[in-house]
Amino acid sequence: MTSNAVIRRWEPYFWPLFAMAVFLGVWHAGVKWSGTRVFPSPLDVERGFAELLRKGLLWRYIGDSLLRVGAGYALAITCGIPLGLLLGWYPAAAALVNPVIQMLRPISPLAWIPLAIVWFGTGDLSAIFLIFLASFFPVVVSTMNGVRDVPAMFRQAGQNFGLSTAALLRRVVFPAALPQVLVGLRIALGVAWLVLVAAEMIAVTSGLGYLIIDSRNAGQRYDLVIAGMLIIGLIGLGLDIGVRRLEMWKSVRWGFRHEA
Amino acid sequence: MAHPVISTTAPAVKTKLSLDEVTMVFRSDGNSVEVLDRISLEVREGEFVCVLGPSGCGKSTLLNIVAGFIPPTSGAVWIEGEQVGFIPPTSGAVWIEGEQVRGPDPRRIFVFQERGVFPWLTVEGNIGFGLYRLSRQEKAQRIAHYVKLVGLEGFERAYPQELSGGMKQRLEVARALAVNPDMLFLDEPFGALDSITRLGMRTELLRIWELERKTIIFVTHDIEEAVQLSDRVVVLSARPARIRRIVEIDIPHPRDISDPRYLELRDGIFEEIGLAHKI
Repeated sequence: MTSNAVIRRWEPYFWPLFAMAVFLGVWHAGVKWSGTRVFPSPLDVERGFAELLRKGLLWRYIGDSLLRVGAGYALAITCGIPLGLLLGWYPAAAALVNPVIQMLRPISPLAWIPLAIVWFGTGDLSAIFLIFLASFFPVVVSTMNGVRDVPAMFRQAGQNFGLSTAALLRRVVFPAALPQVLVGLRIALGVAWLVLVAAEMIAVTSGLGYLIIDSRNAGQRYDLVIAGMLIIGLIGLGLDIGVRRLEMWKSVRWGFRHEA
Repeated sequence: MAHPVISTTAPAVKTKLSLDEVTMVFRSDGNSVEVLDRISLEVREGEFVCVLGPSGCGKSTLLNIVAGFIPPTSGAVWIEGEQVGFIPPTSGAVWIEGEQVRGPDPRRIFVFQERGVFPWLTVEGNIGFGLYRLSRQEKAQRIAHYVKLVGLEGFERAYPQELSGGMKQRLEVARALAVNPDMLFLDEPFGALDSITRLGMRTELLRIWELERKTIIFVTHDIEEAVQLSDRVVVLSARPARIRRIVEIDIPHPRDISDPRYLELRDGIFEEIGLAHKI
């Protein structure tokens, strides 16, 4: 298809559904033809979903997982944005703190699991801490870079109108950096959701990550494992779409180049 | 440093701003580049002055110094009208009528090219940006007034990316005027506009200037623009910039650009800069 081909109205809905149907068909056929006893077919997974719903586990686990991600992510934003503003605004502060941040940043949040358990025990706090760690660095770094990239013209204009430093940060620097901050928020949410599963496999006894590890340990229920994976994927997709919608907000839209 | 202009007799027109031997040298890595060489100039209240010079001659630097964004290497900029100090009578000096520019100030607003408007604010938000000390009602009135003055009615809720280049430039002028400054500094404000829009903007700026009578310093490299707009054209040399000549444009507005006097003044500046006016 050429890039300027006319897209008919039904196409944006049809093709994704078509691809999904092909995927399920290949999956089903693969399970049948190979005669595997371990790997579940789409129908088995569907029955697994029904079972989770019947037991009332599905919504509870989703709720618990979202709560943990929400708490860790909110904490990362509350600490990360002000810190990023500060580091972007005061080069001396950045020179001081940046080496530490750059060294901690490449460490996988999963490497913190032993420490998390020592500090917070096994429970919600550990999971929230790991999610916080995962999302904190992208937020700080993108805010800091966003502030540094604010054109001098905007700063000067703000100063010209007699703004104090605090007002300048709030009314000029932050909104000017916001598009880049949002990019960081989106990356952070993606990473937080990735880390959630690992955190829940180790630290807690509820949630979608726990569902997966528990289903395998208690009776090799691979139908439930796959059901859990699909839910995680779907919610992750939903979260990403949600954050992307923020980019359409008129006060930040100038910072993004949207295709048509 | 002594204050430049101290007169005991009141002049007919008050001096609004004076530059006293403003010199700028940029130093980096052991290199030093002299950009401005002892620029002294007086701007009268309500006057429209164009600073004209070749690209890269330092005229933007000059305007940034005048606006208080950067301090000069030596020399000073003084604003008249307020009695803020006294020089001890060592050289027979008298009352200082003035204050030294030490930083940006809302009484003197700098207008950038149209990219200076805040893209995260609407037209109303931009015009109201500097009005944070006013009550809500006063602010709304002021905004409505300047929306009308620059002809942006119907676009109050629009964001800059929905506006044309000329509209953005008018918006920035409105944002500057809304805080009721004494002076406007315009740094090649129409440089990014197409030539037709640019002509319209000149007319527009003159109309606004005649209504509001702000003191304006307008930096440009366009000779025609300078002669069409200003009361005086300050012609700068190439770097390091010195004042080559100050040309009084004694033609009343609206100016006929085929008038012999207009052509004479324009061609005089062309020659001063060393350009033939035949293509």
